[in-house]
Amino acid sequence: MDGYIIATVIKAILILAVISALAGFGTYIERKILAFIQRRLGPMHVGPFGVLQIAADGIKLFTKEDFIPSGANKIVFMVAPIITAATAFIALAAVPLLPEFTLFGIDVKPIVSDMNIGILFVIAMMGVGLYGPLLAGMAQENKWGIIGSARTAIQFLSYEVVTGLSLLAPIMMVGSLSLIDFNTYQAGGIGHWIVWTQPVAFILFLISGFAETNRTPFDLLENEAEVISGYATEYSGMRWGMFFIGEYANMITIGFLASLIFLGGFNPLWIIPGGLAIILKVAFFFFLMLWVRSAWPHIRPDQLMWLCWKVLMPLAVINILITGLVMMA
Amino acid sequence: MEAIAFYIFAILITGLFLVTAFSRNILYAMSSLAAGMVLISGLFFILGADFLGAVQLVVYSGAIMALYAFGMMFFDATRDVKEKNTSSYLVFLLSGFSAVALVVIFAAPTIGKHIEPIVTAPQGLDNPHAIGAVLFTKYLIPFEVAAVMLLVAMIAGIVLASKKMDESLSEIYLDADPETEKKEQE
Repeated sequence: MDGYIIATVIKAILILAVISALAGFGTYIERKILAFIQRRLGPMHVGPFGVLQIAADGIKLFTKEDFIPSGANKIVFMVAPIITAATAFIALAAVPLLPEFTLFGIDVKPIVSDMNIGILFVIAMMGVGLYGPLLAGMAQENKWGIIGSARTAIQFLSYEVVTGLSLLAPIMMVGSLSLIDFNTYQAGGIGHWIVWTQPVAFILFLISGFAETNRTPFDLLENEAEVISGYATEYSGMRWGMFFIGEYANMITIGFLASLIFLGGFNPLWIIPGGLAIILKVAFFFFLMLWVRSAWPHIRPDQLMWLCWKVLMPLAVINILITGLVMMA
Repeated sequence: MEAIAFYIFAILITGLFLVTAFSRNILYAMSSLAAGMVLISGLFFILGADFLGAVQLVVYSGAIMALYAFGMMFFDATRDVKEKNTSSYLVFLLSGFSAVALVVIFAAPTIGKHIEPIVTAPQGLDNPHAIGAVLFTKYLIPFEVAAVMLLVAMIAGIVLASKKMDESLSEIYLDADPETEKKEQE
């Protein structure tokens, strides 16, 4: 029992440290890749190829004055960024990050809590995470903030249905909500990946994943051109940084979910060992998000609602119906 | 271990819902409601009902998000709401009901000792499967009736809100002629 508690605490601290470091590194990668796609150089001056730009940004964020606007609701204003960052990491607790391995003679399961409803928990926690932007926008006395939180509400109500329904068809095939069961279901190599039998669900999940993480076709909450910075208008320093870390952690979570559910998870791939395989897959999804950001314009809120309710949701329902019919036949 | 977790959750939930009931600020009220609902899922997790806990999270986070949308439309979130308590009969009735509810809550452990489950949980199944097995055998008819009720509510909502639903909202505003708009409102 004691060993279990200590192991869980160590795993939680490791995930917290590694993912927040990756989130910081993600900002550098994002700027660099965006720059290359747009034929620029990106950050170049701080350190070799601008790698130390992360450190410079970190120092700037930590030392910036943390002020609270006088008209704002102070408690909610201070709590809101913590919600976004905390829920992003809580969601990662139910995700198996790597295959099991042996370290100093101890079998290590790289998952904090192996619950049998893993998918539901991750989706629910990421949903709760949107309370961060919502409360932030409402707590600051700022019109851009209110618009940002109104957009948060409609975005949440639009994509959440699509996420749930698109995942239902793979869940029906596997017959379990545990992410580890999804992984073992696809153990037979590339031919057994769920993406081949559920391509529609895969695309729907990716689209709603982009909406979930506020990535570019759906970055309505903080679109600079329209609403200054939306919910984050009045934030500065580390409070703003926590929104940022939460967003990047969510991007990594969506990458893990997509590769675990649809792309074979951490099963060994040809000559690539399983641990490296899933990291490559997550890196691919991370790159895909940046690629889409540089290639696509963002859409209007009413277009998002139209897309989610009138196109994606009927598609997801039809997909579930067909899956059910095929499974019964 | 479980007892400690239960008391922490219980105290937090009660405190948060008290804030919901007594706060005059719409933002505090709704935030504490949302936080309380999220923490209730913790009670389900302690009891080993993982599936119900996750459902609690999914359902209530969405439902309260809709409440927020209404709150945003009707109130200024950074100001206190002025409450009007004109009817003292209402206060009298509500406090009476609360007193009765309190008595029932305190009597519940004594009554609860004699309660036996009508349906025993199916053995050898994990949590979601067990719920599905009971829901689709013993409680199939109540489940289906609830589904039909939700369908009725959804159709009613669509009928009530369906004016100009086949057009994009922004196009309606672009095309709208102020004169006809006025006539329609009359």
